[in-house]
Amino acid sequence: MPAERLLPTQEAEDLIALVKEIARDELKPHAADAEENEKFPREAFRLLGRSGLLGLPYPEEFGGGEQPYEVYLQALEEVASAWMTVAVGLSVHVMSCYGLATFGTREQQDRWLPEMLEGELLGGYALSEVQAGSDPAAMSTRAVRQGDEYVVNGTKAWITHAGAADFYTLMARTSPDAGRGISCFLAPGETEGLTAATPERKMGLTGSITAQLQFDDVRFGTDRLIGNEGDGLKIALSALDSGRLGIAACAVGLAQAALDEAVAYAKTRTQFGRPIIEFQGLEFLLADMAAAVESARATYLQAARRRDRGLPFRQQASIAKLIATDAAMKVTTDAVQVLGGAGYTRDFPVERYMREAKVLQIFEGTNQIQRLVIGRGLR
Amino acid sequence: MNIVVLVKQVPDTWSERKLTDADHTLDRESADAVLDEINERAVEEALQLQEAHGGEVTVIAMGPDRATDAIRKALSMGADKAIHVSDEALHGSDVLATAKVLAKAIGTVENVDLVIAGNEATDGRAGAVPAILAELLGLPQVTQLRKVTVEGTTIKGERETDEGVAFLEASLPAVVSVTEKINEPRYPSFKGIMAAKKKPVSTVTVADLGIDASEVGLSGAYTQVLEAAPKPPRSAGQRVEDGGDGGSKIAEFLVGQKLI
Repeated sequence: MPAERLLPTQEAEDLIALVKEIARDELKPHAADAEENEKFPREAFRLLGRSGLLGLPYPEEFGGGEQPYEVYLQALEEVASAWMTVAVGLSVHVMSCYGLATFGTREQQDRWLPEMLEGELLGGYALSEVQAGSDPAAMSTRAVRQGDEYVVNGTKAWITHAGAADFYTLMARTSPDAGRGISCFLAPGETEGLTAATPERKMGLTGSITAQLQFDDVRFGTDRLIGNEGDGLKIALSALDSGRLGIAACAVGLAQAALDEAVAYAKTRTQFGRPIIEFQGLEFLLADMAAAVESARATYLQAARRRDRGLPFRQQASIAKLIATDAAMKVTTDAVQVLGGAGYTRDFPVERYMREAKVLQIFEGTNQIQRLVIGRGLR
Repeated sequence: MNIVVLVKQVPDTWSERKLTDADHTLDRESADAVLDEINERAVEEALQLQEAHGGEVTVIAMGPDRATDAIRKALSMGADKAIHVSDEALHGSDVLATAKVLAKAIGTVENVDLVIAGNEATDGRAGAVPAILAELLGLPQVTQLRKVTVEGTTIKGERETDEGVAFLEASLPAVVSVTEKINEPRYPSFKGIMAAKKKPVSTVTVADLGIDASEVGLSGAYTQVLEAAPKPPRSAGQRVEDGGDGGSKIAEFLVGQKLI
């Protein structure tokens, strides 16, 4: 049973119908092959761009869809149910637009935002480094001001779309002052001195590119500084609050896809003369999976509704990310169990779903970091 | 060039479709309703002709209230306005009544140069409405086309059949129907969805069109479905024993199925 959604408006209903159609006809049929052969689906993102789906939660005046997070995240969830690499890429793109959209000047927004929101450009988010993962304040990539330019040197790590993105939201150090010495920049995707390393060989999301991004005397204008010098970490953490809601939605979409596969299989597979869904051992497993999917969806939607109403939502976003990604890990693992030996083969998608679920517990703040954020909110 | 596109809301071919037990009409509640795939192509063709020749694209649909979803889809693809003929009296209408109603509805649109329809809907599959409609309107019919071009006041079309391709020509105004080979329909964009909300849709009844309710619907239909049964499950298939002539037997089978 596909997810049944309660959407706030007719336009949201039509939006979700469009996303489901694109997901069913243009994304899902290509997912298994592209993941198996590690082919990055750049064209799929162009289709999303042409369809107006790359800027859904941003203002209409800059080419966005002006949709509440409650709606954007459910669109994202539908993409995730069809093809996780595309959903994660979409979520990263939306997060990469956040700094400029939220902290940029009007002039910067007029100049760069429309092509990021309504064009076919794809973004990347360059925060982590090899020695600065959970502790981003430990980063060492430097941006040194020289006249009306910044000169950037250093290496970013685990960058989604590294080498394929048209722009990066980059965090780099402008002073030695740990957390307060980091600044946010809108860096161009192709420029002298900027190179991407060979992509990481990952367990899942093999169609998506993840690589180190090396800055070797990369120069760009000081007009690409977002906010003030020293605002970088604040912007990064604020972007992550929203980005984590995106990952929670991706996790629920993946879990829903795994549940749908498992239920469909359990209805047709017969043993001892009966469909295996009629055995309580399996039925209860599927019931727990359905409960995990529904409760995770409710959790991220509640956090999204707080965001849409302008209420603080950092703690709720971390709870949603934690709950939804743990649910996705459990549900995809159990989906393999329901399909048995078949589920362990690459002839069925559930083993891939299980591999794709694992990284959700790791990126955009490990689930241990989510507990740290949640815990701090309790103090 | 002003174009009218006829669209129909049908049960999604991805869902299970059935007839009601009560009167053997389509059970609209049992399946998701969507804009028929062939109509998406008809709308696409209208939009391409509009892009080349200008003018306005009007969508006309006959169907229950929820056919507004199919209409909105056509508008979000880019059509300019719509007429929705919605009337409970229309329930169970046959192809003759449907064509009569559509002809009247087309008559309310000014300066129509071209009417585009799909060749057949995925639900009823009569495939007769475009031809009947052309007769009622007194317009040339150029049906079952895989390609359409307009030059001045002439419309040219290619009709592909099992026997070959026919090249057809008529003067405008005309009625054309298109097949699934005509084009690949565009997806609406989210901007198109937002714009569709503001486009005019006029909803009319059969009385508004000057038609007596007794002429349409189940009671006015010339034919009647007396009985309906679900399709039997697929049979086991045909087994060919190869006694040296297996190859030709398979070839005979394929020829019989018109596959070669």
